[in-house]
Amino acid sequence: MEKVKCECGHVNPHGTVLCESCGKPIAEDSTKKLLDMRYEGSARRSQTYNKTIVDKIWNFFSSVKVGVWLIVITLLASAIGTIYPQEMYIPPNVTPAEYYEDQYGWTGKLYYELGFHNLYGSWWYMLLIASIGVSLVICSLDRVVPLYRALKNQGVVRHETFLRRQRLFSASKVDNYDKLFAEVKEKLAKRRYHIREENGNILAEKGRFSRWGPYVNHIGLIIFLIGAMLRFVPGMYVDEVLWIREGETKEIPGTNGKYFLKNEKFTFEVYEKDKEKEVFQEAIDRVGSGMVAKNYQSDVVLYERVGPIVPGEEPKLKKVKDYKIRVNEPLKYDHYALYQVDFKMNEPNKMSFHLVDKKTNEQFGLVTVDLRNPQSAYDLGNGYRVELLSYFPDFYFDENGNPATKSKIPNNPAFVFKMMTPDKPEGEVSFVAIRQTIEPFGDNQYKMAFAGLETKNVSGLTVRRDFTLWILGVGGTIFMIGLIQGMYWNHRRIWLKHVNGEVLFAAHTNKNWYGLKNEIRQIIDGTELVMPVDQVEEAKKGARGGDDSGAAK
Amino acid sequence: MTVAQLSSTLLYIAFVLYLLGTVFFGGAIRDKKAKRSTNRAATIGIAITIIGFIAQLGYFITRWIAAGHAPVSNLFEFTTFFGMMLVGAFIVIYFIYKISILGLFALPVAILIIAYASMFPREISPLIPALQSDWLHIHVTTAAAGEAILAISFVAGLIYLIRVVDQSKPSKRTFWLEFILFCLISTLGFVLVSTSFKAADYEAKFTWIDKNGKEAETVYEMPALVGPHKGELQTADRFEPIVEMPAIINAKKLNTVIWSLMGGFVLYWLLRLILRKRIAASLQPLVKNVNLDLTDEIGYRAVAIGFPVFTLGALIFAMIWAQIAWTRFWGWDPKEVWALITWLFYAAFLHLRLSKGWHGEKSAWLAVIGFAIIMFNLVAVNLVIAGLHSYAGT
Ligand code: HEM
Repeated sequence: MEKVKCECGHVNPHGTVLCESCGKPIAEDSTKKLLDMRYEGSARRSQTYNKTIVDKIWNFFSSVKVGVWLIVITLLASAIGTIYPQEMYIPPNVTPAEYYEDQYGWTGKLYYELGFHNLYGSWWYMLLIASIGVSLVICSLDRVVPLYRALKNQGVVRHETFLRRQRLFSASKVDNYDKLFAEVKEKLAKRRYHIREENGNILAEKGRFSRWGPYVNHIGLIIFLIGAMLRFVPGMYVDEVLWIREGETKEIPGTNGKYFLKNEKFTFEVYEKDKEKEVFQEAIDRVGSGMVAKNYQSDVVLYERVGPIVPGEEPKLKKVKDYKIRVNEPLKYDHYALYQVDFKMNEPNKMSFHLVDKKTNEQFGLVTVDLRNPQSAYDLGNGYRVELLSYFPDFYFDENGNPATKSKIPNNPAFVFKMMTPDKPEGEVSFVAIRQTIEPFGDNQYKMAFAGLETKNVSGLTVRRDFTLWILGVGGTIFMIGLIQGMYWNHRRIWLKHVNGEVLFAAHTNKNWYGLKNEIRQIIDGTELVMPVDQVEEAKKGARGGDDSGAAK
Repeated sequence: MTVAQLSSTLLYIAFVLYLLGTVFFGGAIRDKKAKRSTNRAATIGIAITIIGFIAQLGYFITRWIAAGHAPVSNLFEFTTFFGMMLVGAFIVIYFIYKISILGLFALPVAILIIAYASMFPREISPLIPALQSDWLHIHVTTAAAGEAILAISFVAGLIYLIRVVDQSKPSKRTFWLEFILFCLISTLGFVLVSTSFKAADYEAKFTWIDKNGKEAETVYEMPALVGPHKGELQTADRFEPIVEMPAIINAKKLNTVIWSLMGGFVLYWLLRLILRKRIAASLQPLVKNVNLDLTDEIGYRAVAIGFPVFTLGALIFAMIWAQIAWTRFWGWDPKEVWALITWLFYAAFLHLRLSKGWHGEKSAWLAVIGFAIIMFNLVAVNLVIAGLHSYAGT
């Protein structure tokens, strides 16, 4: 690749606009009054090559115009996704196709058919995000390397045109240059400028590191995006649900049999009138006492398995710790976290019945059925015995009118009992459900009389392990550092050049010209230097024909 | 006086002081000798504003003490806090740039926001489990601070537009500028209409049939122009609705919106009658002395300062809290998505400015749109699109 040698002797890479060392324009549009100082006029790949397909792709993604379009399209798409709830927020027991039409009419139907109900997981949304990622990488590479070169190679002595064509510039007649030079230098040093001098010329610079801010923040974003993508790699991410009854000990799913959890107790509390602080009474009154949740809490014990897993054998457990899992206070251990997310109060757990003679009401013993794990027969002694022929934990009549169960959860238990008694040794059959008894083979002498229900609360916990979190954390932190670096500091440079009895003074910053001007005012105060003119403002005033209040007429 | 009462009084004092501050900033503009960037009236104005800010800070702290948690847990508390941060951001920017015209526009916006907030239930409520976390105040206060600083760019943008938009003939630009002002006036309309009906103790109870076919009850605090689906008025001597809404529309909220817009129209129309020209045209003489480049720079500075704060509060802290409270750092809940949209929007703003040279008027219009997005997230997402974060219930 051919290099370009400037008259100052510096050799620049092909495509350079302003000489890296002295700033003399090499290949720029000289019709404009002011120099385009973006990226220091360095040689950017995207501005230099446009032949091969690789060049074209590179140029496409390195364009900020394209980047902004990608951002704007993502923004609009994201907004569309909030018009109606996403699929994950609709009730779990409905079919989406019907739900959207039911709730929102034809617009809902259209929304569903266009796939907007699962917008953020759609391939095209992912593609948009991925394009932003690619764009971030390419645009940063395209700029950061040349910018780094240009800032590293910049010389102290700048070409006169370079100075004259800066936004802030002034030329002053000075009698005693040495005195001025010393004065200005001292003032610059006081304002913590980093000063370089050469043959009586000055380059004062501060905050150069802020120029790397955008690139640092883009790197942070890229790391964040990579972290978010890793979630799809198996093993990085565990997301399981654990429903656990009071008193129950269960293996924690997703831990490969390593951890077990016992639920001692689940508590649900509400805010009640007169039980809370005085200041809350009015609020509780308005929504109603007992209407607002106060606490969801599972008191649990975490166990770890000791020894190897032997199939069919009870695991040996070692207690790790007691914990009260509440919303906002997950149980964390060994990269796993258990969250309180759901609950069920008063799930039937045990149901008891008396075996009763219908006529005399005499009782012949109590049968207690564990609804999770019922026995098949209950011996009551003295020749009384009850067999459980069938059990329907979540009973309903199916389309043929036969009893069936919807699930294994005892929401609505029903039983078919066979009662064996000394009088009826062959047994009587009775179908017993809540508030309902059917005697399929005619009138029985005995019945199973409901004697009590024991309920338990169930905690719904989420089990998480997420190895991507630290990557997201690192990405986020780098992003913030880059952002602060680029936004709260700025890069300021001041040049002073002595030619033909005149002192040329020029300044440049990447942002906050107002602050720079104030600073210059203080630096030249009391010296022979003329306050630099803001050539951009001058040009605008000129264009407005000197009439500064044109619009107000 | 209980701590809670003291707290309300302090908020009231702050509100009055902001009004007074606005008057002084107005005086500072009209001061003929106002060649220097600051003058007597402006100095008094900023002093009053600072006292007002301290009073509101007092409201915030006493309410925190009374409740035992940071008062940013419902729409009223969050919105007043946002108003306070807006004043705070204005004070900071004022000391950087010393231009009083900013106060003349920033304070009324803050006043409107606080007045708007006060229309929602104001009692101190206990926290639901999801909000019982230190992250409540860490996240919400930083997010509000970021949004408030960004809102200053809207104020600067508005001043810029009033100054540059040519009022000699009607155009798209004059239309949209009037539209912005109309929106501000409608907020005032909402406040006035709500306050009036509240003062009159207006209440009309309806029974109606919701979209699941169940009978429900609702109480209107304003006369029902639009009634709920199959609504039946239960309270005697109340206004019968003119039209009835289908079940999927929240008729009560729509009714409030209609009343506010009507209030806004009446106010706007009255102003036009009195002023005999566009509102923006009448405001133009106030801003005739502003330095456009400086105003533009303030707008940009506000975004440059506010963007990192917003990112930290509304995205990073939000994600950390979501991971703790809801098991996942991101869940595409509408409020989260709108925070992302706000963030993407300001990212686009910065890129357009830096690389495409969108300074001046373009930048000012963008600042207005950005503020509209922030307000949408604050108001509409809470009230219309209900999600996990929604304060809608309260
Ligand atoms: C959502 C994603 C993005 C965010 C949050 C972001 C953020 C930023 C920020 C804060 C700056 C500094 C702006 C300033 O100082 O005023 C910046 C600069 C920049 N960004 Fe991005 N950016 C994003 C995406 C992109 C994309 C997709 C591109 C690719 C075209 C891009 C290209 C640039 C360039 C070229 C600069 C200017 C660097 C300089 O002149 O020093 N950004 N970005």
